[in-house]
Amino acid sequence: MKLRIHGGRVIDPANGIDMIADLCIEGGRITSVGVTPEGFSADREIDASGSIVCPGLVDLQARLREPGQSHKGNIDTETTAAAAGGVTTLCCPPDTDPVTDTPAVANLIRELAELCGRTRVLPIGAITPGLRGEQICEMVILSQAGCIAFSNAEHPISNTEVLRRAMEYAASHDLTLLLRPQDPWLATAGCAHEGAVSTRLGLPGIPEFAETLEVARLLTLVDRTGARTHIGPLSTARAVQMIGRAQFDGLPVSASVAIPHLHLTEMDISDFNSQCHLRPPLRTQRDQEGLRQGLAKGVVTAICSDHQPHDVDAKLAPFAATEPGASGLETLLPLSLRLSDQGIVALPDLIATLTCYPARILGIPSGTLSHGASANICIFDPEQYWTVGPETLLSYGHNTPFLGWELKGRVTHTLLEGRLVHELNG
Amino acid sequence: MIQRDIQIDESGRLRHFLTTEGVKRQLLTEILDHAENFTAVGNRSIKKVPLLRGSTIANLFFEPSTRTRTTFELAAKRLSADVLNININSSATTKGESLLDMLRNLEAMHCDMFIVRHAQSGAAHFIARHVAPHIRVINAGDGSHAHPTQAMLDMFTIRRHKGAFADLRIAIVGDIMHSRVARSQIHALTTLGVQEVRVIGPQTLLPRKVENLGVHVYHDLPAGLADVDVIIMLRLQRERMTGALIPSEREYFELYGLTPEKLAFAKPDAIVMHPGPINRGVEISSEVADGPQSVILEQVSNGIAIRMAIMSIIMGNRFGDMGEQS
Amino acid sequence: MSELDVTGLLGEISSRLKHYLQQRRIDKPLMIGIHTGGVWIAQRLHHDLKLEDPLGTLNIAFYRDDFTRIGVHPQVKPSRLPVTVENRHIILVDDVLQTGRTVRAALNEIFDYGRPASVALVVLVDRSGRELPIEPTITGMHLELDANQQIKLEGPEPFRLVRLEREIPAIKP
Repeated sequence: MKLRIHGGRVIDPANGIDMIADLCIEGGRITSVGVTPEGFSADREIDASGSIVCPGLVDLQARLREPGQSHKGNIDTETTAAAAGGVTTLCCPPDTDPVTDTPAVANLIRELAELCGRTRVLPIGAITPGLRGEQICEMVILSQAGCIAFSNAEHPISNTEVLRRAMEYAASHDLTLLLRPQDPWLATAGCAHEGAVSTRLGLPGIPEFAETLEVARLLTLVDRTGARTHIGPLSTARAVQMIGRAQFDGLPVSASVAIPHLHLTEMDISDFNSQCHLRPPLRTQRDQEGLRQGLAKGVVTAICSDHQPHDVDAKLAPFAATEPGASGLETLLPLSLRLSDQGIVALPDLIATLTCYPARILGIPSGTLSHGASANICIFDPEQYWTVGPETLLSYGHNTPFLGWELKGRVTHTLLEGRLVHELNG
Repeated sequence: MIQRDIQIDESGRLRHFLTTEGVKRQLLTEILDHAENFTAVGNRSIKKVPLLRGSTIANLFFEPSTRTRTTFELAAKRLSADVLNININSSATTKGESLLDMLRNLEAMHCDMFIVRHAQSGAAHFIARHVAPHIRVINAGDGSHAHPTQAMLDMFTIRRHKGAFADLRIAIVGDIMHSRVARSQIHALTTLGVQEVRVIGPQTLLPRKVENLGVHVYHDLPAGLADVDVIIMLRLQRERMTGALIPSEREYFELYGLTPEKLAFAKPDAIVMHPGPINRGVEISSEVADGPQSVILEQVSNGIAIRMAIMSIIMGNRFGDMGEQS
Repeated sequence: MSELDVTGLLGEISSRLKHYLQQRRIDKPLMIGIHTGGVWIAQRLHHDLKLEDPLGTLNIAFYRDDFTRIGVHPQVKPSRLPVTVENRHIILVDDVLQTGRTVRAALNEIFDYGRPASVALVVLVDRSGRELPIEPTITGMHLELDANQQIKLEGPEPFRLVRLEREIPAIKP
């Protein structure tokens, strides 16, 4: 199968490419970017004039709800949503049921995803069995079973000795850790940013320092153990500052932010809108600006969807009783594009935070359009408007704070290893 | 997106009563004026008026509260409404699904108004947003968020004793953090235009950025009571004493308990209020609770008139709506 | 529009009311006015008759039968019955009697205070348009008016009876 994408603006930040160019694909790999080689005759042509052609997106955190929570979604529905969102590689956290703490679960996820064949799914292994935070998992065996990195998902590792050993072990075997910064004692009772809005609404708060305290603990341990650590998603400006300083000091630490936090603040929960019940919570305007700054300055190098599809009932209750999280795979790209429209990040840099930068965090060669690279490609029309709603979303979860928003920029084609896995109106 | 205030209808009248926040001064005053009339009804031998004859009001209490439920029930009965008391074991309705199912069932029984008490902040808003359009909702206390009818009866009590609100200094003492009553009082008092609202308590019992609500913060009781006209003592829930919020009842009473000596720092004619039930010797001494400046029992009897006023205003607005539609 | 001589009418009502009370051998009646015009008139009559017991006032807002259509009235003054109505002879006073619904509501309210021995109804103007079997005991004057004509007492100083033509609002089903 030979494929040619012609007339599009090709943006490949990893190779510093931003030009109108043709792209040829053969055998699932990119064979040329620029002028079509002589004698190349395509079996299929995709006219990308007016569109942007970029590497398929790499999402550091998206839940597929399988195995364990099939009433909220499954690998089939959620990889369909991923493809529709231009995501060709995604990492799923280990808080599945059963937990991804054995090779069997990791293999199951990978095999089911391969069967669906719409997006590459990279399981994240559990750091501690059952996510209980007591011992460390067989991380090397899990990594051989395809776990790309390790995390304890939303569950804390309160025992600092256990965390320290996990980091030392990961460092000695060159494994990547993805850690969510949230002090369990300060955060468990809360459901909203502790501040003016939570005070008005009488909602139990999660203080800003629930995040910064944990970042401080993690940074100290990264410094002592040398473990390659990714911290995210972040919600506070101060955490961004702390990580920026650590990076300056040469610590092997990277950071990400989830897309809703770049657009919403605590004000958005002010009528008890459960769609805005997120973890970490939406914080202040100042924090939002801090996160955007972090992105602009390159402290935060990845934007993730933090996709968490829910069944309808999960959000139908008084605010604190609802389940946190938002469905996000399909809004990841257009909401990110807003940041370049608003002049916060230049478009090629923005695309880098969705493609080659997160790939680099994971240590995988994805997220580029290099010659010979696997043809994982996203083509989107940057000018097309569409409205977020049950009619347009393919994810099983229609739970999003952006319901009813008109967004600009829509994925028209997604290619995985040279195969067309999503075509708008196709 | 513009969020419409769901408790106000298109004509600017009360549709539901979920919070005192954002309710205009004129509407608050109207509630107080109506309550004045209903007080007169309470003094007659037949304490009933036929205003809500034929209406059915359901008390949905997801959190036990005999006192509040009883005043709502009495208020509804004095308006000649039929009353349905439903006490729901909240553990049985932790799933939102069953909560909505229950609402559908009550709607099918042709209820006209729900009085809702729930342990979760925002529960009354949630219910108001999901009920059939003809049903009205009154919040009888949701989590730490709001308790607007209690706040209004306190406003009523203050007005009866002090007349105009403009020159008043009011101190609210104790566990502001977990108090829905305090939040609703603060919104009502600031809207009614009092000179100053103070909150007095240790940092552990004051929510973050409470000053954004338009209050002044004091940690010292005598300093906070200086020159105040009204002192509102809040109940200290027993369960707060198990955490790290306060060291002991004894130390709390030492610092924040209202005794005759502490009361002397306020204006000589200051009134002492408490939403009840009171913990004698924890937040207030018996001498003060039963003393001449205490209006605590009066608050209870004012509770019926204020609830009659609120119910009849809201049901009247609703009938007005339906008249226009038909 | 013609001005009507309210003061003259009131004098006439006073003397007929005295006569009525003598005839019935009622020596200590209890007078109750209906807000707002009825109270004004009752104040005059109460003064003229030199009654001992203070004047009662009724606000029938809580008894109106049109609550389900118009809701509560924004400004209602409370009813005030300073002495018990139990076993008393009541003189109920209103300015204009038209449909009879206000008097019906007032009677209901009075009975919620107690059981009077008798009730006499005094109105300044008895106009056409009755919808209930209620008739006044003493009337200042009778007027035949069309449904779109309204008569209203303005006052209290000086009293003026004003006649208005008004648009008939579309009748709601």
